[in-house]
Amino acid sequence: MKLLQDITTKVAAFNISRGSQNGEVNRGDRIFRFITASFAALIVLMLGAMALQMLRASAPAIREFGLGFVVSRDWDPVRDLFGALPFIFGTVVSSILALIIAVPISLGIAIYLSELSPSMVRKPLGFIVELLAAIPSVVYGLWGIFVLAPLLRDDIEPGLLPIFGGAARGFDMLAGGLILAIMVLPTITSVSREVMRAVPKTLREGALALGATRFETVYTAVLPTAYSGIIGAVILGLGRALGETMAVTMVIGNRAEISTSILDPAYTMASVIANEYTEATGDLHLAALSEIALLLFAVTVILNIAARLLVWRVKRMPSG
Amino acid sequence: MDSYRRRRYIDKIARGACIVALLLALTPLVSLLIYVASKGLGGISLEFFTELPKPVGELGGGFANAIIGTLVLVGIATAISLPLGVLAGVYLSEFGGSTFTKIVRFSADVMSGVPSIAVGVFIYTLIVVAMRQFSAFAGGLALSIIMLPTITRTTEELIRLVPNSLREAGLALGMPKWRVIVRIVLRTGAPGIVTGVMLAIARAAGETAPLLFTALNNRFWSISLAKPIASLPVQIYTYAVSPFEDWHKQAWTAALVLVVMVLVLNIGARIITYTRGGN
Repeated sequence: MKLLQDITTKVAAFNISRGSQNGEVNRGDRIFRFITASFAALIVLMLGAMALQMLRASAPAIREFGLGFVVSRDWDPVRDLFGALPFIFGTVVSSILALIIAVPISLGIAIYLSELSPSMVRKPLGFIVELLAAIPSVVYGLWGIFVLAPLLRDDIEPGLLPIFGGAARGFDMLAGGLILAIMVLPTITSVSREVMRAVPKTLREGALALGATRFETVYTAVLPTAYSGIIGAVILGLGRALGETMAVTMVIGNRAEISTSILDPAYTMASVIANEYTEATGDLHLAALSEIALLLFAVTVILNIAARLLVWRVKRMPSG
Repeated sequence: MDSYRRRRYIDKIARGACIVALLLALTPLVSLLIYVASKGLGGISLEFFTELPKPVGELGGGFANAIIGTLVLVGIATAISLPLGVLAGVYLSEFGGSTFTKIVRFSADVMSGVPSIAVGVFIYTLIVVAMRQFSAFAGGLALSIIMLPTITRTTEELIRLVPNSLREAGLALGMPKWRVIVRIVLRTGAPGIVTGVMLAIARAAGETAPLLFTALNNRFWSISLAKPIASLPVQIYTYAVSPFEDWHKQAWTAALVLVVMVLVLNIGARIITYTRGGN
């Protein structure tokens, strides 16, 4: 009883000392809310600032080349001619190659970890797959230069020559695509797993009750329901692949040519920025590189928005 | 009955294919870890941690400046992104629900997908051009942009797990909301926030692309914020693409140091959440 009295007097004292009345929002609360809200707003502003700043930096190139920038093949800093097509080609093809390799593997892992595996191994295996994402890009590049590229050159590409043509170099589009595939795999796997887990349990139980095997349950109940979220996961992976820099730069050969063979060297948008930005002497050169960065930024932001919307749609499903 | 057997057969094949996919994904990870360990271990010596890089042509030397540089850069990035990220996360979790919070949450997710090389270009045009110099500060700022979304979102998600009864208890005692948040919610959620920060640091420590033209690199001692600074990832890159055998060896050793650092942070973070999740 005494304790209760104590508390009541203390609360009263508290309220009086702060001068707050019933129903009135505390002044400290308003200030605190304002401070945290402005930091939150800062995140939105920063995205906008990035877009604006890169737009400003690339303005000279946009004025000079207009749309020709993305369709021209000439990249010649000496004559001040800048066309980004070879880099766009390299980025798009290496990323698509990466998806072709990574998507089936990621889906297999996601299905296994979310639906088929014994529950005991789920956590540790999931963690190990996520470790793939923790390894720094530059370490993948190092491994690519000294392990992957020689392996491709000596053992794998000679066998592929009759199909694709070109030469067995090891440093080429194939190497770039492979290393990207390794790097996007954990992203696609973990997001697909998340959306599969969001599929209502009742759907699985329904399929199983009708006599479906485990895999048929996945195929008829889980995958169709999670479909749009899985597409979102793939798009997120694509976004990562497009922007990935170091590892690709180290193995793709860095030659600004458009070749039909995946055994030829290529060059990506991120790589040309990494290689030339500090050495760009002309203003137009710097502006052209900034425009490539702006394009990458814009494309990845759009892809991310689309992907998040798709993933959210699945995850907001009523669970039961 | 025949069709039933066929269906069971297909089920087995599908299961097998999934396991094969898992093994395929783990092959590069295992190969990479084995190579980094076997090629890197030989170079681990006191010299590696205490000496500066030697000029081209001379054998030996170490990565002391790059190790310190990485710590400085990550320190700057943490000092900037920690308060920003935690407060933004607090807002999302404690004052959530409005359209504005949805936009912020969405922006944070989108921001984590922005290519790190674009962040480098952004900081270059904004800071390096204005200061007329590559600097540790610019590099740290670039890394802080990479850490910010991770810290914000993990803070939000983990302090949301703080039971409402604790908040109510504080409010019932007459504490204003802001004190409840600072004294009770943040304190209870602290281990979770630490986890988020550790993961963000692990990611930032390995980033190379945003440092190439912000912090640049430096072959000498420097901890000045206004000067270019060395870092492990950039040094690994420079050494890996160099033509010198001795440099390649040192790149592997540096990679081992970096990978161990990143793995320790990741596994540590996992252990913190795991033990907390168990309770």
